[in-house]
Amino acid sequence: MRPPLRFEERSKPGVLTRLNESAKSRVLSVQEYFILAGKALRFIFARPFYAQDTVQQMDEIGVKSLGIVLLTGLFTGMVLALQSSVQLKTFGATIYIGRLVSASMIRELGPVLAGLMVAGRVGSGIAAQLGSMRVTEQIDALNTLGTDPIKKLVTPRVLAALIMLPILTVINDLIGIVGGNVIAKFIVDIPSSLYWRTVWEQIAADGFILRYIPNDFIQGLSKPFVFGGIISITACYFGLATTGGTEGVGQSTTRTVVTSSIMILIVDYFLTQLLLSLLAA
Amino acid sequence: MKDADEGRGSTGLDDAPAAPERREGDRKSQAVRRAIRSELESDASDETAQRDTSVAELKPVIELSHVYLSFDVPILEDVSFTAHEGETVAVVGESGTGKSTCLKLILRLLVPDKGMVCIDGEDITDLSFEDALKVRQKMGMVFQGAALFDSMTVFENIAYPLREHTDMSEDEIEERVREKLQFVDLDPDRVMEQMPAELSGGMKKRVGIARGMANNPEIMLYDEPTSGLDPLTTGTITRLIKKLQKELNVTGIVVTHDMRSVARMATKVALLHDRHIVFFGATEEMFASEDPYIREFLGG
Repeated sequence: MRPPLRFEERSKPGVLTRLNESAKSRVLSVQEYFILAGKALRFIFARPFYAQDTVQQMDEIGVKSLGIVLLTGLFTGMVLALQSSVQLKTFGATIYIGRLVSASMIRELGPVLAGLMVAGRVGSGIAAQLGSMRVTEQIDALNTLGTDPIKKLVTPRVLAALIMLPILTVINDLIGIVGGNVIAKFIVDIPSSLYWRTVWEQIAADGFILRYIPNDFIQGLSKPFVFGGIISITACYFGLATTGGTEGVGQSTTRTVVTSSIMILIVDYFLTQLLLSLLAA
Repeated sequence: MKDADEGRGSTGLDDAPAAPERREGDRKSQAVRRAIRSELESDASDETAQRDTSVAELKPVIELSHVYLSFDVPILEDVSFTAHEGETVAVVGESGTGKSTCLKLILRLLVPDKGMVCIDGEDITDLSFEDALKVRQKMGMVFQGAALFDSMTVFENIAYPLREHTDMSEDEIEERVREKLQFVDLDPDRVMEQMPAELSGGMKKRVGIARGMANNPEIMLYDEPTSGLDPLTTGTITRLIKKLQKELNVTGIVVTHDMRSVARMATKVALLHDRHIVFFGATEEMFASEDPYIREFLGG
């Protein structure tokens, strides 16, 4: 709730004061963001645990995103195979299509594309829902009914995203590699058995952790886990911070999609660098 | 909260005509005042007697003492008022004077900069977040827009506080929900499975009241319970609030603009103006006051 502002009682602030104020408010929002993240994660282990809400959110975030993830995965795999076949043909190396597709899908495109699609579909939905709950006083109502809104609304969404995004990514990777297989077989004329052998070669080539877990899988699965956290916490943060009626709800959804998409791409780079150095060691 | 600078010199009734229709407004306001007076006279006789004898011994349930609050600018300064057991205190004032803020202070959704807010004699200003959640269970709140959870049915809405805080069985919960719906004059079989979006404004408010009282709280808080309702529904809601006070001895705080409802249901009135309480006393006393601001507020 905004306090009433009686502008006539205040002298107009100078440029420096305003800069100072805006810098302070930015720092404060970053601080609030991390406090929200900390609480949401801590409440996963606190009672009461809203299991029903969590399952409902897993359905909302995971199952209902399956369609778009399948579509993006399939066509990304197909276009990857098509483009790489053109490039590899010049070296007479089209048999390596499988390697290229699997490396790109598992390490980068699978997690990032799943993340971006979920940010668009689910992130905006969460922000809109929590935002309209905020402006219609439903968040205040939860508080007055003795429920912590973070426990009831944020934690189930964050937990659901942490669980579902890696699963969606695996499906995305798999369908992408299958898409590559279709193109390799019907357009480039590479037999499926050869394609799948090169896919496996690529996975094995990057080495294993604990003997059986391919390094590629570690890269490919730790990323969506982080992205799931980024999307859900960003969406909840902007949703809960909504002010200014229905217009504010619109702004919150836009901010959620823009911020989480950008964060996914930036964090992806640094995470890759970190994982590469860790796995090399 | 509404804009700070709105509503100065308005009738204090929602969406009242502003300055250009002043003359007509005057006539209307006189009519309203007459109506309020007659209402007071008919209602008051039985209650005042009973009230005057008992207030002294009754314990204070809600107590704000010397509360100061400011965000960027001061909102409340030295605000004090008390609601004793079974009393209904109306907090009135122009838009944006911090009336709803008082409710948030009582609910401890806000913490005052200075001063005390006591519930049942316990100062709640220094409570931890978890303890504050517990204190809130003593209170039922009715929001301006009802604030029903729109992803739940009417039944689930009213059952929510019961499922959250009690060990009641599903049968007991259903029984309680039916009882509360009947209390607010709604047919349980008709509305229980409906979604909030399917209800009219007045029905939403009543479901809101039913949810607020589901836990049998000793305190009920109402934020503009009659705003945006037609006169008949306004009457129904006002009667309900009175019924809660009379039959269940619930202590109530009503934030409102609707002076007619105030006359009918409030035992005391706190008038907020320019960050301060400028009047706190019995309802009849306020309507009889000759103070120029109060006269302007009531009639101008």
